[in-house]
Amino acid sequence: MTQGTLSMDVRRVGDTVAVLDIDGEITAFCEEALMDAYTAGAADGTRAVILNFTRLEYMNSGGIGLLVTVLVRANRAKQKLLAYGLTEHYTQIFELTRLNEAIGIYDSEEAAVAAAGAGGTT
Amino acid sequence: MTEDPRNADSWAKPVSTLTVTGAPEGAANLVEGKRLLSPVQGFGRMWQKTYKVRLGGVETTPEAVITEWRDNFASFWPKGNDFYPPLTGLEPGEVALIKAAGPGGMKFKTGVMVLYSDDESFTLMTPEGHMFAGWITFSSHVESGVTVAQTQVLMRAQDPLSEMGLAMGGHRMENRFWEQTLANLALHLGAEGDVSTTVTCVDRKRQWSQAKNVRNSVAIRSTLHMLKPGKGR
Repeated sequence: MTQGTLSMDVRRVGDTVAVLDIDGEITAFCEEALMDAYTAGAADGTRAVILNFTRLEYMNSGGIGLLVTVLVRANRAKQKLLAYGLTEHYTQIFELTRLNEAIGIYDSEEAAVAAAGAGGTT
Repeated sequence: MTEDPRNADSWAKPVSTLTVTGAPEGAANLVEGKRLLSPVQGFGRMWQKTYKVRLGGVETTPEAVITEWRDNFASFWPKGNDFYPPLTGLEPGEVALIKAAGPGGMKFKTGVMVLYSDDESFTLMTPEGHMFAGWITFSSHVESGVTVAQTQVLMRAQDPLSEMGLAMGGHRMENRFWEQTLANLALHLGAEGDVSTTVTCVDRKRQWSQAKNVRNSVAIRSTLHMLKPGKGR
């Protein structure tokens, strides 16, 4: 799934966790790629979706808005939404926009997967 | 990745509460010390509203549109609504005060913080005590060879009173507000074009856990402020 300068890959970790690998830029123009990846990852049986920001190059306020839409879809499907790989800058942006109160932020994929199975932030 | 991205300076620096420096004459500062609220912390249904005007008949670029829009932001607002920009302009982290017309001739006194600002867009985020929790992004881009100006609101009513107000004509007022703003911008730029409006309910669920936001209700706080001796409307 590629759109503009965003490329998304979807991996499964076990039966109930999906990891969405984000590579590139998240802006308002990336809606289709992000939503397609979420749809692919949130297949039957998925209890947690983890966003991997390790290869995020750039995100603007339009991109933050898209993450809210993903969060709504995850909440509707009773799935946890978690994230890892954010730089200090984007961790601060999550705090500023208070998305960190709804999307659990972790240092590594292992920590996020462990939290997904242990009842991390929805 | 450990380096800051190329747009790091476009974002506001982290703040826990808002601080207004030098509130202008006539503006009521009811946002001092308030926290920002994203749509996640709001109460009502979540809406995404997109207002768009194609700037036909004029040679311009998204960058030029945004510069003009940001520098003269208040002048495009419909009559009866006041926007008090910070002295330094709409720079990331700055707070602007607002006196907006509400239902029944009421004036809502609130404010917004500039969350993000770059060459092709800028975003305002609402604090506690606003009508809604969320952000408004003003942007410009090219569609089929024509420059477009766009306002996009992602919001939930902050509290049950605001939700009721929005349902009872508030949404309609807000739609008219941004449609008029875009029409004024287009006129200013010498362009011809009709404003289109797309409203999507992103989440029909109300977040009852956030009903407590009513303690900062803009309607209650603005009314109390109006009743203070010498404050008037």
